[in-house]
Amino acid sequence: MSRKGKNTEIQQMEVGKTTGAFLTAVLAVLSLTFLFPIVLVFMNSFKSKLFISDAPFQLPKAGTFVGLTNYVEGIRKTGLFPAFGRSLFITVASVAVIILFTSMTAWFIIRVKSAFTNVLYYVFVFAMIVPFQMVMFTMSKTANDLYLNSMYGLVLLYLGFGSGQAVFLFCGFVKAIPLEIEEAAMIDGCSPIQTYFHVVFPMLRPTAVTVAILNAMWIWNDYLLPSLILPQEKGTIPMVIQNLKGGYGSIDMGAMMAMLVLAIFPIIVFYLSCQKYIIKGVAAGAVKG
Amino acid sequence: MQKSMKRYFPIFVLPTLTAFTIAFLYPFIMGIYLSFTEFTTVKDASWVGISNYKKIFLDRNFINALVFTVKFTLVSVVTINTLGFLLAYVLTRGIKGTNLFRTVFFMPNLIGGIVLGYIWQLLLNGILAKFGVTLSFSAKYGFWGLVILMNWQLIGYMMIIYIAGLQNVPGELIEAARIDGATGSQILKRIMMPMVMPSFTICLFLTLTNSFKLFDQNLALTAGGPGRQTSMLALDIYNTFYGRVGWEGVGQAKATVFFLMVAVISLTQLTLTRRKEVEN
Repeated sequence: MSRKGKNTEIQQMEVGKTTGAFLTAVLAVLSLTFLFPIVLVFMNSFKSKLFISDAPFQLPKAGTFVGLTNYVEGIRKTGLFPAFGRSLFITVASVAVIILFTSMTAWFIIRVKSAFTNVLYYVFVFAMIVPFQMVMFTMSKTANDLYLNSMYGLVLLYLGFGSGQAVFLFCGFVKAIPLEIEEAAMIDGCSPIQTYFHVVFPMLRPTAVTVAILNAMWIWNDYLLPSLILPQEKGTIPMVIQNLKGGYGSIDMGAMMAMLVLAIFPIIVFYLSCQKYIIKGVAAGAVKG
Repeated sequence: MQKSMKRYFPIFVLPTLTAFTIAFLYPFIMGIYLSFTEFTTVKDASWVGISNYKKIFLDRNFINALVFTVKFTLVSVVTINTLGFLLAYVLTRGIKGTNLFRTVFFMPNLIGGIVLGYIWQLLLNGILAKFGVTLSFSAKYGFWGLVILMNWQLIGYMMIIYIAGLQNVPGELIEAARIDGATGSQILKRIMMPMVMPSFTICLFLTLTNSFKLFDQNLALTAGGPGRQTSMLALDIYNTFYGRVGWEGVGQAKATVFFLMVAVISLTQLTLTRRKEVEN
């Protein structure tokens, strides 16, 4: 929670005009170097593949410019649009089930005091520090045995993996909600399910946004888990980009650049349209974590 | 209320717990057991005691990956946090364009590790080409390439957390110090840094664990090359599982050791920095 004194504090610490202008100039240069890698990829996506490795810093010109050839070729080779659809489905569905089920679980853990819920809480917290490699092999075998090798199975696995952090974040928030409101609802005749959906869940919204952002960033970009679960030809975006490299040495650099641009583009659009929430969500997630 | 809620256990807890058991709990316990066995398909596991653990330390790839990972983590944690804090400090001084700068510096974080790896491969190989070499020419290039990539990715994220911390320092406290005659650097060192300690705790935790567990970026940027010299621990474990038949048990033992290292390092760091936090 931000304080009332925040604005006055910033004013007190403000730098002088000249220093301010100087710092702005330094930061502007730094911003450009931050953007440069992305601009470079964009620039090269319009060049013939032969000229990308040899002269990556040259602008496309008459002899090297190939228009949209790389894009057409890359999309054909990778099946990028279906992969985009799968990535989108997996991310949206996983985030939705994570928010719904883990917030319910967190409420139960905090409100029902017992040795069992106590242990459950610590097991979820423990899961947060276990690296994926620890369960990589056994999890993919288990998923195989249970026929979870599909987009739907993947959603279930993401719920399982995401639940540690999500339960932790929701628990932190539920603790701060006054119990009286819920008791009043129950006395008025609400069942726990009605109480949850009409009273508790609306109050949890700020944390739900945080959980959604942290998980969406993770799941959309995740490579290893989907690559172990999904068949090669039905991959997500990180998978089709990695597959483009293939196992046989030479990469089609033109197609690679075009696919990188197409992979980055939606993220940047999404980021610019809700950056306020994303930055707030990340800050909030860190403060609670 | 507790009583009526308890009956709803199947609705409130069971879905999460089922998924958690399938994706994490069962594989975790199974993983510990399998690290003491030899197997190829899990079902054919036969108990071999600690022999897998012994093999790890005779495996030069693993030792190399361990050294590489530790070096990489030390360098990245220092550079990312120094630069992230510096940027946060400057960007809470009310200079022009603050919001735009925050937006730009945070952006790389939304791009996935695989994509980041290929972006930097192009850029770094382009620069190295001027000297007639590539990223896979020497482990030194791969190392610094990964450090640069990781900095580019995480500086903005840490900056956001430090900004949140700096904004929570009460204005009155700084004002009081100023009236008492404290200089800017004294205020930074004596008041802001201690008050921002919770942010340091989180940022150190995130940079430490993310660097130590790095996989996607490693795979895309160097794939461990040349040879296996730039393989980090996560990639080495992956290669043991999926590149070497008959070594699955050793892979699982490596993973278990890896888990213990991550747990010990992150818990030690958390206790050490938590101790330095002050009540706000």
